[in-house]
Amino acid sequence: MKASRVLGSVVAIGATALAAGCGTPGGDDSSNAPKTTTAAQAKPDIAKAGNVTLTVWDQEVRGGQAAQIKELNKQFQAKYPNVKIKRVAKSFDDLNTTLKLAVSGPKAPDVVEANQGLGVMGQLVKAKLLRPIDDYAKIYGWADRYPSLLLDLNKFEANGTTFGSGDLYGLSQMGEIVGVFYNKKKVTTPPKTLAEFEQQLAAAKQSGDVPIQFGNLDKWPGIHEYETVLGQVAPKQSVRDFVFQKSGASFDTPEFQDAAAKIQDWAKKGYFTDDFNGTGYDPAWQRFAKGRGHFLIAGTWLVADLAKQMGDNVGFMPLPGQQAGGDPVALGGESLPFTVTSKSKHPDVAAAYIDFLTDQNATNVLAQTDNLPAMKYDAPAPSAALTKDVATAWKALGDADGLIPYADYTTPTFGDDLGGAIQQMLAGKDSPTDFTKGVQEKVDASKSS
Amino acid sequence: MARPVATADTPVALGRGGGASADAPEPARRVRFGGRARDRPPGEPRRVAYLYLIPAALIFGTFTLAPLVHSVWLSLFQWDGITAGKWVGLHNYADVLSDPVQREAFGHALVLLIFYAVIPLLIGLLIAGLVARSHIRGFAFFRVVLFLPQVIALVVVAVMWRMIYDPNDGPINETLRSIGLGGLAKSWLGDFDVALPAVGLIGTWVMYGLAMVLLTAGVQKIPRSLYDAARVDGAGPVREFFAVTLPALRGEIAVALTLSTIAALRNFDLVYITTKGGPGTSTSVPAYQVYERAFLTGKVGSASAMGLMLAALIFVLSAIINRVAERGQAR
Repeated sequence: MKASRVLGSVVAIGATALAAGCGTPGGDDSSNAPKTTTAAQAKPDIAKAGNVTLTVWDQEVRGGQAAQIKELNKQFQAKYPNVKIKRVAKSFDDLNTTLKLAVSGPKAPDVVEANQGLGVMGQLVKAKLLRPIDDYAKIYGWADRYPSLLLDLNKFEANGTTFGSGDLYGLSQMGEIVGVFYNKKKVTTPPKTLAEFEQQLAAAKQSGDVPIQFGNLDKWPGIHEYETVLGQVAPKQSVRDFVFQKSGASFDTPEFQDAAAKIQDWAKKGYFTDDFNGTGYDPAWQRFAKGRGHFLIAGTWLVADLAKQMGDNVGFMPLPGQQAGGDPVALGGESLPFTVTSKSKHPDVAAAYIDFLTDQNATNVLAQTDNLPAMKYDAPAPSAALTKDVATAWKALGDADGLIPYADYTTPTFGDDLGGAIQQMLAGKDSPTDFTKGVQEKVDASKSS
Repeated sequence: MARPVATADTPVALGRGGGASADAPEPARRVRFGGRARDRPPGEPRRVAYLYLIPAALIFGTFTLAPLVHSVWLSLFQWDGITAGKWVGLHNYADVLSDPVQREAFGHALVLLIFYAVIPLLIGLLIAGLVARSHIRGFAFFRVVLFLPQVIALVVVAVMWRMIYDPNDGPINETLRSIGLGGLAKSWLGDFDVALPAVGLIGTWVMYGLAMVLLTAGVQKIPRSLYDAARVDGAGPVREFFAVTLPALRGEIAVALTLSTIAALRNFDLVYITTKGGPGTSTSVPAYQVYERAFLTGKVGSASAMGLMLAALIFVLSAIINRVAERGQAR
């Protein structure tokens, strides 16, 4: 009796809740998707756009990133007094977890930084919540502003599942390279070829030092080590084709196995930090910064910290290839792209704003605030040794079109899948062939579900 | 960070919800208990009693039941969080049961149960047994110190233990090497066989204080006369423990086990910060998978199904623990 009453009220409350939340989650696809308004034909005159408030969500919250966006926002509003920029700054994680709800809601911001790949940008494209900006790209000549891979990374097919081609959705401001940092006190002549690099690793091991500082506890760093080597072993096009999931592209190829074999060999020979799978990413690079270890394979996001602690004793270069003097190849990419939402009432102003954030003037501002501009414009040369190395490497990679994209863009779960598989392979639990086969199986499974 | 924690909490909300609905009959009982209720026209006071329930029921319904029912609804869809979902019926549940990685995660949660619930309980019982025999000078101080891990935010605990477990500079390995046991030094969180127990030990460190405080408090309310009687009957310390202390602590043991079981199964923070489920998938747990699916990979339906199955598991285990404890008390 009692129990049935309690049950009754539970059912009643439950039914109400169900009624309230009923219907297919996400609602009807066609009704909630705003259509792209008009295609822009000529460069719009923003000064005549009337009083406009542009709401912008970005994640430029750290150090030099925050400095550049504040400066550029100030300059843009000075140039167009009729435009007011309402900036909503969020951390990377916070932005990624809240963006989908905000953009699909009734008060969507006009310009948002949407992370590349299937996780965020792909889903927004699929839901038609972002506005393709190819018309503006034509008017402003954006195609000439970037190396082609960097534009491709911000492109998506309308289905939202294929990226690297299709419509352009945004522009990024900053570049990123994963390369080799070296301690200049220990590495007096930087290696020119992969073979030389391996000789230096062996010599470092013999001297009792850690050849490559490496912490893989966080799962993802192994992807950077593997792909950096992969870039020297496999043709860059095959890596790009795999990441962009071009038909016929596969992870299970002899070149991908060779890269796995090489890095597994390094692990066996003790070229990495002992117990790297149990060592955190931060402790590893911090040890390198304190002078332990010859090399560190990591991204340019560590430049500020390493320069602060090591001064002029640290250098940076892309991992050398098989032959000296060949075109450089490195894992890299760009910062989150600024995109225009479909619900924005002022796409013209939004596009002009994005143009302003990435033009020659912006390039100078970025360089002055210790950022690495992704654009092809010449920027004032940095003065510090390390930032100079990075800028040189970026320029060379841009000229040679030598960037390969992060593999974790491939499928939504790929970062975790690949990171875990690399931990297994480096621990010697999987052979290089098992590794590439297993990873490809995970990609296939993810595509079929 | 706020979001992951909220996800990890979802199952607990149900766990608590389960407890709350078990308590719900209480007002009705009170009406009968009064006895005088029978003197009044039957029915009326009972109806009035329901009015008192309305505020609580509304809050409970809005913030616990409605989201729960909604996630049941969501678990029947393949949904990425924004575009229209696709009805897949029970497919998400079948998927959890058939996918080795997800099944494995439940297995890991059960292993953690030993470290979070069983071992802390045994430590707590040992200390309680000792306290029952003798008075320890300054015990209040030790109790506070031993309880401290419970008070520290789990995120802080996890960051600290990552440093402690560091294979190169961490104090555990350094100590082992300095006393000549370098052979035992390990890559604690990076070794495929050791990582799960290593994460579990952090849980033991966090939970044993709770078990100890509950159990020693329970010991103090056992009448001394029972111990005196046992001693007169010639019971030694071990006999005394099993004959007097253990049966009297049944209620406290149930509480400690329930709390620590819930903590073990909903464990998210420790895994997220220490290993992200790695190396490979050797420390992946259901709560981490729920977070990953819901917020990183846009598989909201699958995350809901996994969360609900985890919630059901927690509910069943707590129900069993309480049923066993109650049966004992009735005796």
